[in-house]
This record gives sequence, structure tokens and C-alpha cells, in this order.
Amino acid sequence: MAYSFPEEVLEYVFAFLSSDKDRNAVSLVCKSWYEIERWCRRRVFIGNCYAVSPQIVIRRFPEVRAVKIKGKPHFADFNLVPERWGAYVYPWISAMARSYPWLEEIKLKRMVVTDESLELISKSFKNFKVLMLSSCEGFTTDGLSSIAANCRNLRELDLRESDVEDLSGHWLSHFPDNFTSLVSLNMSCLGSEVSFSALERLVSRCPNLKTLRLNRAVPVEKLASLLRRAPQLVEFGTGAYSTEIRTDIFSNLVGAFSGCKHLKSLSGFWDVVPAYLPAMYCVCSRITSLNLSYATVQSPDLVELISQCPNLKCLWVLDYIEDAGLKALSSYCKDLQELRVFPSDPYSAEPNVSLTEQGLVTVSAGCPKLQSVLYFCRQMSNAALVAIARNRPNLIRFRLCIIEPQAPDYLTLEPLDTGFGAIVEHCKELRRLSLSGLLTDRVFEYIGTHAKKLEMLSIAFAGDSDLGLHYVLSGCESLRKLEIRDCPFGDKALLANAAKLETMRSLWMSSCSVSYGACKLLGQKMPNLNVEVIDERGPPDSRPKTCPVEKLYVYRTVAGPRADKPDFVWTMDEDGALRLS
Amino acid sequence: MEVGVMKMMNKEKLDLKETELRLGLPGTEEEIIMGKNLVMNSNGKRGYTETVDLKLNISGIDQTEYQKEKNLYKETKTPAKAQVVGWPPVRSFRKNIMAVQKSDSEETTDKAEIGVATFVKVSMDGAPYLRKVDLKIYTSYQELFDALGKMFSSFTIGMMDFMNGSKLIDHLNDSDYFPTYEDKDGDWMLVGDVPWKMFVESCKRLRIMKGAEAIGLAPRAMEKCKNRN
Repeated sequence: MAYSFPEEVLEYVFAFLSSDKDRNAVSLVCKSWYEIERWCRRRVFIGNCYAVSPQIVIRRFPEVRAVKIKGKPHFADFNLVPERWGAYVYPWISAMARSYPWLEEIKLKRMVVTDESLELISKSFKNFKVLMLSSCEGFTTDGLSSIAANCRNLRELDLRESDVEDLSGHWLSHFPDNFTSLVSLNMSCLGSEVSFSALERLVSRCPNLKTLRLNRAVPVEKLASLLRRAPQLVEFGTGAYSTEIRTDIFSNLVGAFSGCKHLKSLSGFWDVVPAYLPAMYCVCSRITSLNLSYATVQSPDLVELISQCPNLKCLWVLDYIEDAGLKALSSYCKDLQELRVFPSDPYSAEPNVSLTEQGLVTVSAGCPKLQSVLYFCRQMSNAALVAIARNRPNLIRFRLCIIEPQAPDYLTLEPLDTGFGAIVEHCKELRRLSLSGLLTDRVFEYIGTHAKKLEMLSIAFAGDSDLGLHYVLSGCESLRKLEIRDCPFGDKALLANAAKLETMRSLWMSSCSVSYGACKLLGQKMPNLNVEVIDERGPPDSRPKTCPVEKLYVYRTVAGPRADKPDFVWTMDEDGALRLS
Repeated sequence: MEVGVMKMMNKEKLDLKETELRLGLPGTEEEIIMGKNLVMNSNGKRGYTETVDLKLNISGIDQTEYQKEKNLYKETKTPAKAQVVGWPPVRSFRKNIMAVQKSDSEETTDKAEIGVATFVKVSMDGAPYLRKVDLKIYTSYQELFDALGKMFSSFTIGMMDFMNGSKLIDHLNDSDYFPTYEDKDGDWMLVGDVPWKMFVESCKRLRIMKGAEAIGLAPRAMEKCKNRN
């Protein structure tokens, strides 16, 4: 007998399922559950914009309110993906404009967004609330004007780390006078100055404003006025934090900060004059997140500040902090969960600061909750890595960048295989790992054996042979994203593990030893994969078959080969024919 | 380290780059610098990171061999290494921040000696697109104004006339244009106040502003007009 649960009840129950994994599982139970679930799915996450087409998404989920779409592969952040490669959002916006009139949220990462797209967004979705453009490009401040002018219910406008053509600061003045719904504004990536009075008025009339991240152009003497108008702020990013020290500006700032009883996160701090840092001391005890990665401040001043933040959970800082500063961090900030140390001078041959592997070892020993690490340094040893692994088996993300490619253990001159091996062996929950330094195939054997929860792996200038790649592809059960550059990995491992690639989101290989012939074969064997050869030297078949391709991007898809390839991308598909765009 | 070099050399032997036909833009070169690291730029092109971070010059042209060498020893204590595209993996906005802060503290005279091209964006209110000019190729405000006049003449119906005390008069439209620039501090200034060399070193971008917006700057322009007439 068929159960007689009314649809509405099931829908109500499904509404409690927020994770995509759970919803996907539910939709496989039976046809009617599939139907009910698809009509009530409100949020869709598309990890690779080319893995599926807008039409397919819309057909299955007709009532979506929030989309999150990712475009270019991660290595695009480091200029490895040529211009015009793709990831255009316009087709998505145009399809959703027709089918999702009630869309409220669009979050994009590494996509090309044009002013046209922004204008279409601003005019198509009457209840539009959240626009987040993370590491996007292709638009100008004119596009922002459309959003400001037309999105009457906008709550969040977050442009984090996007590359915006900055024509002027006028866009901010396009928010109408009766616009009061703003909760979050992040314009930190913009260059030009917005009208300060317009900004003040905007901040004054939006009582729910919780996040305000200013851009560099807002000078320190203007901060107090903004903070006084928004004492409810939880997250605040300053502009340039420098001007000649003046007591009136300083005391004004102290007064303003002291009124902000809810501040938890601080960022900005370009061009910092250290004398202004104490203005923030009154809020430090509540601070959980501090981004000082633009602050060219020396270690003693950093330590002064950090020592006032016992509740710090997340710290982004430049290597000016040095080992001494990290030692202080480890003793003052016992709640620390995430640490990112960026290089102040990545291209100089000699170290410009006294930051070594010791700093990281100390933090790993002193901060019991540390789970996420991004660390740039110039020397590393197996001993240090083993210590870190033993100290912090609860690590989830470990990204180490030793600046010199293929740098060995500086004490023993051996490869760093043992060190990274210890990391994957002890840190059983490790989900993300970036390797660097001198590494042989052995480290990949360790990774394949132990890193069972690893989802994303980044490899550069490492390994000896195909065996390395084979260990990873055959051993890492949870692997979703693999990105490799300048490694001697080639055809054998790739073809032997072709089936594995269908269980992953994507594989990137550049400056490796994969031949065009192998790419073609892979494309033929695996119809559910798009095998893209990216080669700016011209058609791959104009070179010998054994000549390695420049770059290879392989990803699973239900949408078939893409129609918007530029002239330097070749798709290898089933019929084996070379398809030119 | 030696192991590393050996690896690179082996890789190079398998690479058939020496014999292959290349389709590249004119002027691209492979970066092969012998030294601690034998690194080949695999796509044969100099990436953005290399062009900027070699600190040689931004446009990649007009460099004599002598000046190149001079830069290498001046800018780094050890001989410059070939820059590998995308390594270390630092986002470009982070690199730029450091570069700007560094150059602010370096002496600006260095730049003048080296002959670095200084391209700045030029926008004109009402024009559909921006242009770029290399300030280093002009030696005076007059030369710059002439060039700008020619560049933007297609966008205005009337005559572009920068002669009249920095005020451009569009006869037919009867609206005034003022050339302004954004300096290192982010302030918008009227073009023409400071000595030419100082202007070139502090100018980040140019904007030919329409009269109505330049009201704050207008009094000075008016004064200038009077002085010249």
C-alpha cells in the first residue's frame, strides 16, 4: 500500500535539509520524492560552470532562490590560465532572468562578469538581495552603478578580490536615498575614491549594516565619522591607515572604536602608520578575525596588537611578523584556528625577514585548535614538518609554500618526503594540502596511502615519474580537485586512472609530460569528461605526437564539450576528431 | 640543489622546444638564464608576473643591454633569477600592494635614470573608451596637451584647445574641459601646477573632466587664464 504522506508534509521535512549531499540522497529514494525535492530546492551550488548547463539546472530545479557558481580553475589566480579562456556568467544570468524571477542570491567565483550581466541582474530579479563576486573580472564600476540604482532590496554587495575596471567612485552615489536594506558592503578591491558624503549618508540610513569593508582610498581621518554612524558593525575594514600622526585624529578614532561593542573582525590596514594601531586596542578583546596581510608593520608593533586579542581565531599577516611574533601569537592566542602568513617580498633571492620554519612549529605547538594553515617561507626541514604533524593532528588544511622551487630539507639536504608523509599520516582529517620543496615519488606514495579524506591537492615542481601521479589517483579516495604544474607526470598514470577522473570535479596539469596523443585517447575513452588541451603555441597536431601539451584541464560534465572555447583550447571528444573552435 | 638542477636539465632534454615551429606574438622570448636555477618558461611567453617583477621595465621595450645589467645589480644583491610564471603562488593584487609600497620608499630618481615607460590611463568624460599615454615620451605640458588633443579630437565636435591656460574650450558645445590627474596620494589635481618632471613622477592617471565637475578646481584655472591672457 502506498504511504499517504501528503506532499506538503514531505516538503516541510525536506526544508530542514540544507546540505546538497542530503538533498541529493533524498531525491534518489523514489520518483515522487525526486519530484517533491526538486520543486522545493532553493539553493544550488555549481562547482564548475562547465559541468552542467543553465538549461539543465533550470529544468530540474524550477524554484531556485540562490545560486553559487564557480568558473576558472584555481591556478587562474596565479596567471596560469590564459585570458579569454572562458567562465562567462552571462549565459547563466540570461537563462535565470527568464526562469528565476524570484532569485535572491548570486555568488560567483573566478568568473567573467560583464557590466551587461550586472545590469541584467539588477533589472531581472525584483527581490534580489545578495551579490558576491569573488575573484571575478570583466566588469567596471558602471556595472556597480546599475546594481546600486536598481536593486531596491539589496542586502549584500561583496566584491572580494575581484579585478574591477575602476572608472570612478560615482557608483556608490547611485544607491537611492530611500535605500536602507544594506547589511554588508565589501568594496576593498576598488581603487578610486567614492563620494565620502554619499558613503556617510548610506551608512547612516542602513541600520542593519553589519559588515563594512572600505577601500584603500578612504583615509584614516574619515574612519571615526563612519564608525560613529554604525556602532553596530561586526566586521570592519579600514582604508589606508596612514597619515602623519595627529592627536585629534587619533583620539577621535579611539572614541569611535570604543563605541563599537560588536566588532569581531578587522581588515584593511594599507600603508599602516604603526602609531595608529593602538586606536583599536579597546576592541581587541572581542576580535576573532584579523587581516593584517596588507600591513607593512614590523614584528614588535604586530605583537603589541596581537597580544591584546586573546579571542583571536583567524589571523592573516605578512611575514614581517617573524618567528618572534609567531611565538608571541602562540602564547597569547590559544583559540587560534586559522593562520595565513604571506610573503612581503616573494621575488627577492635573499630572505628579507627572520621568518623560518620555526615560527610555524611554535604556533603548531602552542595553539591546540589550529586547523588551517597557509605559510610562505624560505626554508623547511623534515624535522619541523614531523613536529608540526605530531603537534597538530587536527589539521584540516595545510598549504606550505617554500619559495624556492625544489628546495630540500635545509639541514640534511634530503627531499621533504618524510616531513609531508608525517603530515598525511598524523592528520587524518586533512582535506586540503599544498606541497612544495624537493619531493620524490615517495611523498606521493605516502599521500596515496594515508590521505583518505584529502579533497584538494596542489603539486608543483615535484616527483620523479608517472608513479607519483599514479599513487595519488589510485590512493586518494576523497580526491575532488587535483592541480599540478611542472611535474614529470605523463600519459601512463593518466590513462591508467581515467575512471578516477569521473569521480573528481577536475584535474589541472600544466608544464608536465602529457602527450597530445594521450589526451585524445582520454577524450575518446571517457565521454563524461571534457578533456581540454590549452596550448597557445598553435594546433596540437602541428607538433610531434609525443610533444607534451602546455596545459591540460580535465573535468566531468553532463553538458558536453563547451561551445565558447577560445582559439587556444582544443577539446578531445569521443569521435576522436580534432575539434577546432 | 644539484638534484634539482639535474632534474630540470633532464626535462629540458625531452622537450623539443628548440626544434619546433612556434606560433607566438612577435617579440616573445624564452627566458633561459643560467644560474642557480635552469628554468624554462614553458609557453615561451613572458608572463605578467615576470614582466613586472624583473623590475627591468614595464613595457618591455626600450631597454638597452647596458641598462638591463645595471638594473640587475642595482635592484638585487644577488643576480636576478628568471621568474617562473605564477610562482610563488601569490595573487596579483598582493604583489601590486607590495610593489607600490616598495616603490614609494625607493628614490624616484632611479626610475628616471632607468627610463621606465610610464603608461597612465586617460579618461575623458563622455568618451566611450579610455586611452593610455606614456608620459615619458613628452618633455613638457604643451607636448602632452597636443597629444591628448589629437587623441580625443574624434570625441568632441568643437576644437580641442589646450592653449588657453589649461582650459579646453569646446566652441560648439560651449562646455569646458579641464585636464586633471590623480597623484600618488590619490588626490585629484589640476594638470599644470607642478614642474613637468615632478608631474610625471606623481601622476597615476589622467582624467579630462567636464567643467561642471571641476568646479573646485576652476578658480585656479581661471586665475591661470587671467595670468596667461
